[in-house]
Amino acid sequence: MLVTILRRLAQTLLVLAVTSLLVFVGIFMVGDPVEMLVNPQADHEERERVRVEFGLDQPMWVQYGRFIGNALSGDLGNSFVYGRPAIDVILERMPATLELAALAMIIAVVIGIPLGLYAGLKPDGRIARGIMAGSILGFSLPTFWVGLLLIMVFAVQLGWLPSTGRGPTVSALGLNISILHWEGLKHALLPAINLALFKLSLIIRLTRAQVRENVMLDYMRFARAKGLATRRVIGVHLLKNIMIPLVTVIGLELGSVIAFAIVTESIFAWPGMGKLVIDAIFQLDRPVVVAYLLITVALFILINLVVDLLYAVLDPRVR
Amino acid sequence: MNRRHLLCALAISGLLPLSAPVLAQAQPQELVIAIAAPISALDPHFHNLTPNNSITKHVFDNLIRTDATQQLLPGLAESWKPLDNTTWELKLRRGVKFHDGSAFTADDVIATFKRAPEVPNSPASFSQFTRPVTSITAPDPHTVIMKTAAPHPLLPRDLTSLQIISKNQVAARTDDFNSGKAMNGTGPYKLVEYKPGERVIFARNDAWWGGKTAWPRVQYRMISNNAARVAALLSGDVHVIENVPTADAERLKTNAQLALASATSNRVIYLHMDTGRDKNSPFVRTRDGKPMEANPLRDVRVRKAISKAIHRDAIVERVMEKQAIPAGQFLADVFFGTSKRLKPEAFDPEGAKKLLADAGYPNGFQLTLHAPNNRYVNDEKIAQAVAAFLTRVGIETKVDAMPSNIFFSRGSKAEFSFLLAGWASESGDTSSSLRSLTGTFDPKQGLGAANRGRFSDAGLDAMITTAITQVDDTKRGMLLAAASEKAMEMQAIIPLHYEVSVWGMRKGIGYTARADQYTFAHEFKPTR
Repeated sequence: MLVTILRRLAQTLLVLAVTSLLVFVGIFMVGDPVEMLVNPQADHEERERVRVEFGLDQPMWVQYGRFIGNALSGDLGNSFVYGRPAIDVILERMPATLELAALAMIIAVVIGIPLGLYAGLKPDGRIARGIMAGSILGFSLPTFWVGLLLIMVFAVQLGWLPSTGRGPTVSALGLNISILHWEGLKHALLPAINLALFKLSLIIRLTRAQVRENVMLDYMRFARAKGLATRRVIGVHLLKNIMIPLVTVIGLELGSVIAFAIVTESIFAWPGMGKLVIDAIFQLDRPVVVAYLLITVALFILINLVVDLLYAVLDPRVR
Repeated sequence: MNRRHLLCALAISGLLPLSAPVLAQAQPQELVIAIAAPISALDPHFHNLTPNNSITKHVFDNLIRTDATQQLLPGLAESWKPLDNTTWELKLRRGVKFHDGSAFTADDVIATFKRAPEVPNSPASFSQFTRPVTSITAPDPHTVIMKTAAPHPLLPRDLTSLQIISKNQVAARTDDFNSGKAMNGTGPYKLVEYKPGERVIFARNDAWWGGKTAWPRVQYRMISNNAARVAALLSGDVHVIENVPTADAERLKTNAQLALASATSNRVIYLHMDTGRDKNSPFVRTRDGKPMEANPLRDVRVRKAISKAIHRDAIVERVMEKQAIPAGQFLADVFFGTSKRLKPEAFDPEGAKKLLADAGYPNGFQLTLHAPNNRYVNDEKIAQAVAAFLTRVGIETKVDAMPSNIFFSRGSKAEFSFLLAGWASESGDTSSSLRSLTGTFDPKQGLGAANRGRFSDAGLDAMITTAITQVDDTKRGMLLAAASEKAMEMQAIIPLHYEVSVWGMRKGIGYTARADQYTFAHEFKPTR
């Protein structure tokens, strides 16, 4: 186990180095950050000042060398736009994204698995067909369109929920969390549903497929033949066996929900990392983009590690 | 992405009648305003960009203010006058207090000039406004004498951009402003809370010298997505939004619970042509698509033909949904330094063809028009329309639209032959437009910083330099107008239209829409 973790760590460092180089080269090729930073009315002197102050007058490899040097001592650089350490700017927005992702995944799992189970056990029923048809919609409707529809129906027409923004926050475990507060939860509900919809559909379909596959297998027949209660057959034997692929997918999706909630965040004006990074890409705020992607990559690797460890818990054969 | 969102909003709004939830209410204690762009800091000297300035000007005053059409008004300075060509005297307002209770004096002005150009890590500094001033002294606490190296009549305009901080904050860091600690101004509002990327909350400063403002509390929310901002207004979550998308303006106008305010902005959308290269302009091709040695864009007749070929009224009507005004110069003629004589070029395709023939291109040529696709209102669509008009008179034009971060990087390196861009004259006069867009590109002279067509004419340069050093206002206005006329005659740029800025608000709230696109809470008033 220890070897696995150590090997993972070494791989992580390599991946992080490659990522930073790719982003560096990528942004360098897109354009000149000075053009996006200065006031359009700026004169030659001001443009030159920014170029020199941010080290953008140096060749790319010198800039990258400086970045690596600082990064090794834990400094990912100052954001061009905010003038503060890029990592601070990102971490400041992280709780908003994490809570939205958590809420979305809870919605997706709590609703998705039971619906998937049902659809798998009674595949020919009318309700099961309804569920499956719904999941196709959840898959195929574009996130931004659903987001606007949610706003139009629940905020504009019915007036039940606020249209955009994040509610008041309470401090918990040193983080500012809004969903522990009723008003905050109300603000988070629409974006979380919007974000959850795709994952929900995915989990429904995956669960159903797993159930359909497993009910045919010998162990299920055997459990039934043994005269176990249906509740136990499904709740223990079946559920435990379909969990491994589900946990893998849920883990990966959690990563993507955290890293790529960009569309939802921008429609709902949710002050999270996704919106920050989109603005940063637009403004060519390279330190923020690099730091964000490094964090994202690290997060994915971490989640994968946790998923691997969970396998061992779920499946004795892996241990 | 915005455009797609917009289309969707339209699609949805077609399905759902928009009426019910915008409730008429008694005047709220808090005015909630949705702004379109996030701000990068609360430090008034950190990032010289409109969204930042628009917010920080609630807390910090300027020596000189501007009205809705950017004419100068007294601010913290009650009067200003040149003593000679390079010396200015400003009389400061008496009895003004900072939010911490200390009195405003000339020392605060000196402190501001000291701090503003030297903010570390500033991505867009204010040094441009402080640089011309070589010395600044205070003979008494309410008089300031500023000396400049050369005659600098634009000083009062520069002062409208420089926000005055207290001398106690001269050493404050940007972080101190963001945390609220250093947010000590003389302005109409005090800072209550700032959440980056999310909201800014202000409380009224009852002691403001400008009088009592209407709302005791103001909340600014940052909602950059166009459709989401409109939805927030419709749902009643916010009372006011800025930058109403052109496609929604008509629809909001017919909503009985909403009102709109609009003003011709100081931004002109224009075309720039490569007049810098003698030959082999990169995106000019012959009629049959071969590289072309001669550069037809250097011929003023060709540029004039391009201008005549474009039906500006049609672009305004169809593409801009009437939220624009056809343009004939750098700024609409209510602004300083414009010419009453310059009118938008009339649509004349036959005249255009004739000019092309006279210039030796009876069969036209091929051209690529480069444009940003996420910077100005409907930028890519305008470019498409322009291309269609030009193709009709024989200049077969293709559009290549790209995100603005790529567009401006390439454009500023003069990589294009023909480009569409916008220019907001923040100073509210034509001096910056003439200097930056049409002056010869030359870092030494300080001209042409945004001259992406590399237009160059020694005569025009001389006119510009004379105009911007003429201290007498009336004379300078006339010189700037004359320079504008000359620039248009030579078609250094081709103006298309002035953008119209639109604010949407609940009925019962009134706003005098501003040309500089600032959304000032203290200028909103209840109308009943």
